[in-house]
Amino acid sequence: MNTQKPCLAVHKFSSCDGCQLALLNLGEPLLDLAELIDIIHFAEAGPMAPDRYADIALVEGSVATEEDLQRIQSIRANTGFLISIGACATSGGVQALRNMTDSNHWIKAIYAKPEYISLLQDSTPIAQHVHVDFEIWGCPVNSEQVVTAVRDLLSGVKPAKEPAALCLECKRAGYSCVLVSKNEPCMGPVTLGGCGALCPSLGRACYSCYGPAELVNDAALSQRFTQAGLSSTAIKQRFHLMNSQAPAFEQAGQKAQSMGK
Amino acid sequence: MKQTNSHRDLRINVPVLARVEGEGALELDISQGEIKNLKLRIFEPPRLFEKFVEGYHHTDLLDMVARICGICPVAYQMSAVQALEKLFGHTPTPWVSDMRRVMYCGEWLQSHSLHIHLLAAPDFLGFDNAIAMAKDFPQEVRRGLSLQGLGNDLMVLFGARSVHPVGICVGGFYHAPEAEKVAAIRARLQAALPQAEALVHWCAGLKFPQDEQSFISVALRHPDEYAIYAGDLVSDQGLNVPIEDYAQHFQEFQSPHSTALHAALNGQPYLVGPLARLNLNLEQLPDTVRSNLEATGITFPSKMMFHSILARAVELHFILLEALRLLKDYEVPEQSRQIVEPVAGTATGASEAPRGLLWHQYQVDAEGRIQSATIIPPTSQNQARMEQDIALSLQNYGLEHTDEQLRLHAEQVIRNYDPCISCATHFLQLKIRR
Repeated sequence: MNTQKPCLAVHKFSSCDGCQLALLNLGEPLLDLAELIDIIHFAEAGPMAPDRYADIALVEGSVATEEDLQRIQSIRANTGFLISIGACATSGGVQALRNMTDSNHWIKAIYAKPEYISLLQDSTPIAQHVHVDFEIWGCPVNSEQVVTAVRDLLSGVKPAKEPAALCLECKRAGYSCVLVSKNEPCMGPVTLGGCGALCPSLGRACYSCYGPAELVNDAALSQRFTQAGLSSTAIKQRFHLMNSQAPAFEQAGQKAQSMGK
Repeated sequence: MKQTNSHRDLRINVPVLARVEGEGALELDISQGEIKNLKLRIFEPPRLFEKFVEGYHHTDLLDMVARICGICPVAYQMSAVQALEKLFGHTPTPWVSDMRRVMYCGEWLQSHSLHIHLLAAPDFLGFDNAIAMAKDFPQEVRRGLSLQGLGNDLMVLFGARSVHPVGICVGGFYHAPEAEKVAAIRARLQAALPQAEALVHWCAGLKFPQDEQSFISVALRHPDEYAIYAGDLVSDQGLNVPIEDYAQHFQEFQSPHSTALHAALNGQPYLVGPLARLNLNLEQLPDTVRSNLEATGITFPSKMMFHSILARAVELHFILLEALRLLKDYEVPEQSRQIVEPVAGTATGASEAPRGLLWHQYQVDAEGRIQSATIIPPTSQNQARMEQDIALSLQNYGLEHTDEQLRLHAEQVIRNYDPCISCATHFLQLKIRR
């Protein structure tokens, strides 16, 4: 019997490092996980072996530079099961808002010497470049979902996708509906569950940092937002915030904008 | 003069600087036993936040700017909310001011504890990382995780999660925490006090490289309290101006080797962060914190950058007491927020992120939409000082050391600043040419 523990790597691309921190924040459960699997690469925590083979790799961040394009290929070639974690890795993240404009103008506006900055035109999700075995959405990810997925794999089980929209999670938790009771422009009906319905728990509208649910009835929700007094631009911005390049939201935002014209 | 290696050309590549948040590399030319060229490169690809917030309503701003940094999202939200409320002519209620300070204490506690135990201490104790350190120092690593967890829970209390919390809004908080939850946190803060006192002594007992340097400290100063949420800009060279005057005294500049903009105070590098704050505002700390520090025998102001880890521990002790003080007579207010109408104009805000001064300025239109944004994070401000420090520190350490020893020393120097490189830049590639 092979007694060697499987290996885990955590790689970072363009991001705020928040998903890595969400993992570090687990504290004791992370130490417990380290008993089951060798964490060979996790720069923020210390271990460094970016080029070693890993049975499971967690990838945070979006692809933003030429160098990223090369690196994601070599990580894929060196990984058994690749999991992209967080909004940046799964949809391109908040920084993918630049994909809808000519970002060269933006670079020129911020940097006195734009020629020093080398950036791809678009910020793109990992799955656009390599095969991704499993995605965990969220800004930041719910680290319990990450640990569950890793533990599933260690037990020889395929990790399960989050099945429901945030609305159902919110109902199960017994929070009062902010869309109905406060007329707040809540994204819960079209958003993937998994966060714990945090915003409604505080009485505020969900802003969809977990990205689109499996089925998105954006037309009905946009209509509801219009009745609540939102302009077409405001509705577009509800869809184009943290996950603007998730296809369902990208299109929903475009539709909302064109409705206003 | 030792010149044994001075004429060989070599290049060392260390992929990814560990235990730093972001990507960076160091380029070093040594010739005739002297450093001829030193460049700290920051590679983190720019994400262009200052441009894509344009056109969004101010109610989206706090959620957007939080994403600049997963390690200090609260700081970004605080500097922004302060700027907006000031422009809109709104003064937060005393309850809101106090609770924002408590929530900010949570982020300092989380960030300082993470940095001390998991990021910096392995350098001082000779381990590659905290996981390796945990085998010989299990109690210390657990103490770190438990204080970090407490900091996170303090943020969760107000913001439902610690990374990108969702509780702060213009006018206050979306929701006031229930009294029972506050009582439970208070008990844990109280129970953590002996740990914090011990932590200060533990940090003071670390072996510090002797490395005194002359540098300028810059921080916010508030007339009534140790500045966290707000204050005026002060330096140990006599600067004392409102935050609105930042651009008159500080200049941002770009260098070809880094994506992070650098900043200078009247042309000079300067330091922001825990050591700068302690150097400037020590007198405002409570007696218990100062006497615990005095008992270590180490005095501040200090010109030793390696005392940064101790400065963090002292602040961590203070934060626990401060959160306890502010939560002592906690009551749920009638309203946790007031409705605030937007006003057009220029909004300026600055607060003390765990790593130092974080300055924001926004142009806002009459509907409350963001027209333009300027955000100056602490790591950009420290970058020129870091380069200066690495050069001096390596000279003091001795350039005759091996490349590997020089690399480790340089990394330790860099980690003193707890650079959050994702806000500007994790990649220390060390290129040494001798």
